[in-house]
Amino acid sequence: MWGPRARGPGRGLLLALVLGGLLRTGGVEVEPGGAHGESEGFQVVTFEWAHVQDPYVIALWILVASLAKIGFHLSHKVTSVVPESALLIVLGLVLGGIVWAADHIASFTLTPTVFFFYLLPPIVLDAGYFMPNRLFFGNLGTILLYAVVGTVWNAATTGLSLYGVFLSGLMGDLQIGLLDFLLFGSLIAAVDPVAVLAVFEEVHVNEVLFIIVFGESLLNDAVTVVLYNVFESFVSLGGDNVTGVDCVKGIVSFFVVSLGGTLVGVIFAFLLSLVTRFTKHVRIIEPGFVFVISYLSYLTSEMLSLSAILAITFCGICCQKYVKANISEQSATTVRYTMKMLASGAETIIFMFLGISAVNPFIWTWNTAFVLLTLVFISVYRAIGVVLQTWLLNRYRMVQLEPIDQVVLSYGGLRGAVAFALVVLLDGEKVKEKNLFVSTTIIVVFFTVIFQGLTIKPLVQWLKVKRSEHREPRLNEKLHGRAFDHILSAIEDISGQIGHNYLRDKWSHFDRKFLSRVLMRRSAQKSRDRILNVFHELNLKDAISYVAEGERRGSLAFIRSPSTDNMVNVDFTPRSSTVEASVSYLLRENVSAVCLDMQSLEQRRRSIRDAEDMVTHHTLQQYLYKPRQEYKHLYSRHELTPTEDEKQDREIFHRTMRKRLESFKSAKLGLNQNKKAAKMYKRERAQKRRNSSIPNGKLPTEIPVQNFAIKEKDLELSDTEEPPNYDEMSGGIEFLAGVTKDTASDSPAGIDNPVFSPDEALDRSLLARVPPWLSPGETVVPSQRARTQIPLSPGAFRRLTPLRLSSKSVDSFLQADGPEERPPAAPESTHM
Amino acid sequence: MEGIASVLWFSGGCEPPESRNWIFAGSCHSPSTPANSTLRDDCPFQPPPAVPRLPGPLGRVSGARPAASPPTPFPPAVSQASLLRLHHRFRALDRNKKGYLSRMDLQQIGALAVNPLGDRIIESFFPNGSQRVDFPGFVRVLAHFRPVEDEDTDQDPKKPEPLNSRRNKLHYAFQLYDLDRDGKISRHEMLQVLRLMVGVQVTEEQLENIADRTVQEADEDGDGAVSFLEFTKSLEKMDVEQKMSIRILK
Repeated sequence: MWGPRARGPGRGLLLALVLGGLLRTGGVEVEPGGAHGESEGFQVVTFEWAHVQDPYVIALWILVASLAKIGFHLSHKVTSVVPESALLIVLGLVLGGIVWAADHIASFTLTPTVFFFYLLPPIVLDAGYFMPNRLFFGNLGTILLYAVVGTVWNAATTGLSLYGVFLSGLMGDLQIGLLDFLLFGSLIAAVDPVAVLAVFEEVHVNEVLFIIVFGESLLNDAVTVVLYNVFESFVSLGGDNVTGVDCVKGIVSFFVVSLGGTLVGVIFAFLLSLVTRFTKHVRIIEPGFVFVISYLSYLTSEMLSLSAILAITFCGICCQKYVKANISEQSATTVRYTMKMLASGAETIIFMFLGISAVNPFIWTWNTAFVLLTLVFISVYRAIGVVLQTWLLNRYRMVQLEPIDQVVLSYGGLRGAVAFALVVLLDGEKVKEKNLFVSTTIIVVFFTVIFQGLTIKPLVQWLKVKRSEHREPRLNEKLHGRAFDHILSAIEDISGQIGHNYLRDKWSHFDRKFLSRVLMRRSAQKSRDRILNVFHELNLKDAISYVAEGERRGSLAFIRSPSTDNMVNVDFTPRSSTVEASVSYLLRENVSAVCLDMQSLEQRRRSIRDAEDMVTHHTLQQYLYKPRQEYKHLYSRHELTPTEDEKQDREIFHRTMRKRLESFKSAKLGLNQNKKAAKMYKRERAQKRRNSSIPNGKLPTEIPVQNFAIKEKDLELSDTEEPPNYDEMSGGIEFLAGVTKDTASDSPAGIDNPVFSPDEALDRSLLARVPPWLSPGETVVPSQRARTQIPLSPGAFRRLTPLRLSSKSVDSFLQADGPEERPPAAPESTHM
Repeated sequence: MEGIASVLWFSGGCEPPESRNWIFAGSCHSPSTPANSTLRDDCPFQPPPAVPRLPGPLGRVSGARPAASPPTPFPPAVSQASLLRLHHRFRALDRNKKGYLSRMDLQQIGALAVNPLGDRIIESFFPNGSQRVDFPGFVRVLAHFRPVEDEDTDQDPKKPEPLNSRRNKLHYAFQLYDLDRDGKISRHEMLQVLRLMVGVQVTEEQLENIADRTVQEADEDGDGAVSFLEFTKSLEKMDVEQKMSIRILK
């Protein structure tokens, strides 16, 4: 437990010593170097420390921080208990101590300039760019209430209470007025986005709770900035000169700052999206635009003294959809990784420097009453504020915030570097007790980050454990329990769990009609039809397996000559590649490989029968699809790899779509025995056209427009980095590569279709067996149409024409069927 | 309007006797159930006085009910607000404004495509192979997921169970498994569900093993299948009321 932790600082120590040594020797050697240069003419090698000093030191610090991070993560135990932010602060304290011991000057502190200009923007941009938009806007009301009212409440109550205590004389003699207290309250009130994310990422709370705390910490910046500026100017004006007009101005400035900041962000997002639309020929600098323009939005609003954090947040939020659609896949990956790297790095540096900054005896002024009371007040008033606001919110919220959520909300109010930077910014001339404020802020930050960060995880676990008793569930319970979860989430989706649908509909309509047209590449607009992509993917897979089959037989000739008949015999049934893996076999062979949980381990001594049970349990535990309630956060600063959930989503999605397509295809095409040749031909064409602008190379362009309406709503399907988002959008895709089940069910089903015959394990489960809903017990009733409408026109009969006639695709059937054919079922938004 | 009215009526707790007895035979309230408190006088969706336009069972029973009954403290089957919301939702799902939902409409919900049981649940909205579900039917299925409130449990035992009783919740789940409607989950049916719910990493053999075990564990009379009674028993320790309820469907 202590090993790695000690190792981190140890390694840092070494580096710091080297660093300190370099610094001092550098300082000494500069002059001789210069003197030598003058006297001896040209030198082959010169030592120019002064020349590189600043960037060198910066780079070294970054290196130290990064190495420390490696150190921390050598042990899972440490990082799973102690949040990284806390570890970094401790490391900073140690390093600061070393530097101080060596140098006796606090040369490295977190200066507001560095923090606000270089360290904060990447973090906030990252938060905005990866913001789970639906969730965010779905809870916007709640977030705004907490961010605005909550922050004002915290600031006011903390400031006033401290002032009250001060008047009682408990704090001794301080040169402080009411306004100073309010100023302090306003800077200490805001929940800090950096600290909150750092801790909440490791605590698994539900996504709603997460987005509320996270959103609050981002949006309260406007409030903080305004309160801070107002009170600072009031302080410099002097308490007596503040008039009512100034107060009104303060309130007005709140709206200007917040709305203005947002507007700046939106404008720059628009610009950014527009620019990325035209970067087709300069792919290599695409990612640069994202960063530069976002950063400009930050600087611009800083220049206009608007809320810079809001600006860059909203720049990220608004541009993400269009940018992701416009830039190439490689660029998107670059942007993603660069952003994560910058944000993660900035966070690391911030926490480390917070620790280092604390090692400076000149700023420390101790006042027990003030410090302790500040801690008490911010915690208590945060809790009270949360309870009051939640009570209000729960009367309107569809999804209630439970008491347990409120505890986490109150306890998760971490303060961080923003408060520290703001307090350092204070003018010592005007605010007499600046140092007291600084030291108190440091204490508060350390307390919240380290103590609360350490304890919030056990707290959450404890609160959760309290509700559920421990009992080894039976197999049935496990299976059905999971099934219930799935059922519940499906019902939630059907019943449209959260409101806002109307507004969202309007917005997506607007987006589709105007915004996307302006801001997205034409190809991007089309390829956003994810269903086609999946369809294409499935076809591709089939094609690959087809080729593989050919290779297995030693010849690809049958593929090249579509007219030959031997391909009919190609066997697509899956070769059972799996070894005989009975459960007991598995147990005997793989006990060490299968990671058994503790409870299972206890059972090991029991009979083999029990052991098999255990493996069964374990298999279920491991491989049962998880309902989405168990999903992790939709946003994480440190993780990018597609999670299990996305894989799972993709898997299920493939299954579902394949099943639906299959039921369509077997009904529609199954009649045609000779279709394989056409299929082959088509598949080749599909391959060739893969890179064309048509997503799956299969869409005949002459499809009547009224039929081919890609209402590509807000589909974010192919962006794998986009977290799964389950809010449902009404509206959606209507595409032609399928047909309604109604019509599908009226033609004889079940003739084997090689294109979609099972070719791998994935299909096996679906197709080789009885399709669940078409099993014998299920009555297949002809649709309304089928019952009432016999094909009247020759056009309707053409439906049965061999596909060979058409070089197009299944869509030709639809054309033949006439425009009244209804578009097929296609999930409108499937985030995978 | 007509749709809403009939549903309000439905949410008053009564199920049309001859319609869709697949849900559960005992799920019909008597018309005198005071649950029609959903209909307050100021209710914007007061059913029109002239109900005979409504199809058979609806018209008949709502005629028997006093048009302006005083509000009663009993919990409504589905609250007014939820109904409104659900109706809104219903219309949103109904793309072509046809007044009913087809399978296709439900399949268009993206999240269902990534739900392993999504298609089965869609199918449960279309009992007996019907191709459409109207709003009453829609709500009837969703009503299973209404949270059980305390007042619900200590009702007159003679009264039929409400749709959201534990038994009915379980039965809803049960009929998702029981495809052939023989009142039993056979090994084969269990296997199908498992196959849907388990990732592709698990081999077929393991799956069959699990299915066998699951059936064996619950099977008490040794017929190699799980009856509804056995199903209920195997889950008796589970908090089904809580697990199969959605807060928003009050």
